[in-house]
Amino acid sequence: MNDKTQEKIIELIGLTRVFEDGLVAVDNIDLYVRKGEFVTFLGPSGCGKTTTLRMIAGFDKPTSGQILLNGKDISALPPNKRPINTVFQRYALFPHLNVYDNVAFGLKLKRIPTKITDKSGKTKIKEVKLDKQEVAKKVEHALKMVDLEGFERRSVSTLSGGQQQRVAIARALVNEPEILLLDEPLGALDLKMRKDMQLELKEMHRKLGITFIYVTHDQEEALTMSDTIVVMKDGVIQQIGKPTDIYNEPKNSFVADFIGDSNIFSGTMTGNRKVRFIGKVFDCVDDFEKNEKVDVVVRPEDIFLMDEDKGQVKGVIISSIFKGVHYEMVMKVGKSEVVIQSTAQRQVGEKASIFIRPDDIHIMAKEFSDNKFEGYITKHNTVCFGDGEFECDVTQLYPGSFLDEEGYLITADGNKIDLTDTDVEVTVGLKDIEITDNAEEGGAVGNIVSIIYKGDHYQLIVRTDENEEDYVFDTEDTWNENDRVGVIIKKDKIRLALKQEVRR
Amino acid sequence: MTSEKTKKRLFSFSRKQLCIPYAVFLILFVIFPLLLIIYYAFTAKDGSFTFSNFVWFFTNPTPIKNLFSSMLMGLIITALCLFIGYPVAYVLSRLKSHRRTILLLLFIMPMWINFVLRAMAMKELLSFVGIFGKHDYLSVVIGMVYDYLPFMILPLYTTLIKMDKSLEEAAADLGASKAKVFTSVTLPLSAAGIASGITMVFLPSMTCYVISKTYSNGKIAIIGDLIELWFGSGGNWHYGSVIALVLLVIMFLCTLLTGGFSGQGNARETVL
Repeated sequence: MNDKTQEKIIELIGLTRVFEDGLVAVDNIDLYVRKGEFVTFLGPSGCGKTTTLRMIAGFDKPTSGQILLNGKDISALPPNKRPINTVFQRYALFPHLNVYDNVAFGLKLKRIPTKITDKSGKTKIKEVKLDKQEVAKKVEHALKMVDLEGFERRSVSTLSGGQQQRVAIARALVNEPEILLLDEPLGALDLKMRKDMQLELKEMHRKLGITFIYVTHDQEEALTMSDTIVVMKDGVIQQIGKPTDIYNEPKNSFVADFIGDSNIFSGTMTGNRKVRFIGKVFDCVDDFEKNEKVDVVVRPEDIFLMDEDKGQVKGVIISSIFKGVHYEMVMKVGKSEVVIQSTAQRQVGEKASIFIRPDDIHIMAKEFSDNKFEGYITKHNTVCFGDGEFECDVTQLYPGSFLDEEGYLITADGNKIDLTDTDVEVTVGLKDIEITDNAEEGGAVGNIVSIIYKGDHYQLIVRTDENEEDYVFDTEDTWNENDRVGVIIKKDKIRLALKQEVRR
Repeated sequence: MTSEKTKKRLFSFSRKQLCIPYAVFLILFVIFPLLLIIYYAFTAKDGSFTFSNFVWFFTNPTPIKNLFSSMLMGLIITALCLFIGYPVAYVLSRLKSHRRTILLLLFIMPMWINFVLRAMAMKELLSFVGIFGKHDYLSVVIGMVYDYLPFMILPLYTTLIKMDKSLEEAAADLGASKAKVFTSVTLPLSAAGIASGITMVFLPSMTCYVISKTYSNGKIAIIGDLIELWFGSGGNWHYGSVIALVLLVIMFLCTLLTGGFSGQGNARETVL
């Protein structure tokens, strides 16, 4: 079914939809769907997946771009002229019609061009309605397919959610569309029913052989049912691929995060197929420039927990939850938290180590815009991060707060807070770091390990000795590699945020 | 033990008791007058039981003719209100929300202006264009349509705005043209609103004689005028009561008829 030579049934070219309020719902997407394929648009709400579907159905007109059906542009055709049928999110069954009339709705409107010989012997092409028996036969067949025989005379309002869903599917399929669109059709069903319907839909797709385009925000549903998954975010396609490819080789950290559970760490390439994250250099299989900042994705089930001395990195288990098939444990490694899934439980507080195979370390290019550090506030209301100590403005942690004479923070509500040892996330922009030859002057000390010329400026990386923390910044001055320098960051350029509890 | 229990019940406040003020009102001003009307309708001047008032009504051409002409006028006005009001309500319900509010307000605003003032203003307008005083019937019809239009638009609008838009999309998706979408989905699903609108326009337009009097300078009498006549200068409450009772039965039948369409949630509840 995924044979590359198969013809494209639908093709989107530069498809864009801008709403009246200026929101770009779908941003210049290119995509094709092969005949008979089960394609799923997957993404969080507001990612443009439903808008794309609505444009294919004809309910929404593209602002620009084309929709080709079998090579012909249909973007100007109204929905009733398209050989496409839709299963709606809330089913959209006609409440004034019974089950039979709902399913027969499309058939009764159908006109079939038929050759007719009139009295004078001339043959004409005339649009002819389906006769009643034929309609009845088709409806019966469609209802049988969704297991609703005998429900013909029932009012749709007396049906359960699952039954309404089946009527909606029958109503669409009875018209024998070339493409069936499904807009989160299982969203309103309970878990058990949803799982059953997933398999049934998949089976229907296999039997009928027509193209299914499915929209969902449920990654598991997408992985279970699809031949091809299209991951979308902010109106842009992030990745197109088979479920296994999307799961095993996510293209960026968004896809990795959205599909399945994953650990996402910031890392730095330290050499040929070597990446440094959670304080340790790992071998990996992806090749990136040395010193490039990257996102490292590791699936929780790909991390092996071992006794303290056996693995690559040591840590302490800080949480352990039973999830049915496996335990989900969180291990603290330095300042990072690593989520691990394993069938063998380790207790909270136990010291252990982890091992990750090079194959299971997925490295993705990262758009580097800010330096991010984890740090803490000292008793002098300075902040320690990146192997250094800097002056900072701690009142930004609580809006409307100020410091009293003793150095306590008074919040807007009048609460007195001692900030000593508060964990914070520190952000410093690329243009906000200066360096000096006099290493003692800086808040932190390190060596220049990389100088990259960026056209009108240089991007430098200063790495500290102790924990190999990197300061990345832009400068117009010329420096030499391996210069030992002090890092200066102005007080007002250090952005602080209270560290959020790690979600997992 | 039992006495204590009943005592407790007497003083415990239940939600049902909130209805007491209305129940009193209902008995004093609706049920009691109704009983009076029934009493007068079935009695002669000396107080004895009789059907003669009904015989008078159904054998005398004047009240019957008047009843039918009133019904005809009501029908014309209702039909006009429906044909003008439905497209307006439809367009309004399909507008973007911010624009919708303003436009809806423009259509509903006449309802906020004093009824007599509105009627007088319309009368001036009609006499300015040369209808008032020359074409009494036309004048009454235009005036009544103007007065009752908002009562048609509101229930229709409420029904249309509540309608799930994906139903129309589903119909189009299944092959229905725009016209077919309207006749097979939009129209049947707005039946409740149509029924509400009809009841709210037809019944008052048959009886509200003040408006017809204003617009026709008293030359066109509807059934309401007749009731006023017998209770007032005519001086026969028995005849007046019979007409009122007959009208009541007609209205009841009307409501029964239109109520049959409004099975899908009654739009009337949400109107005012």
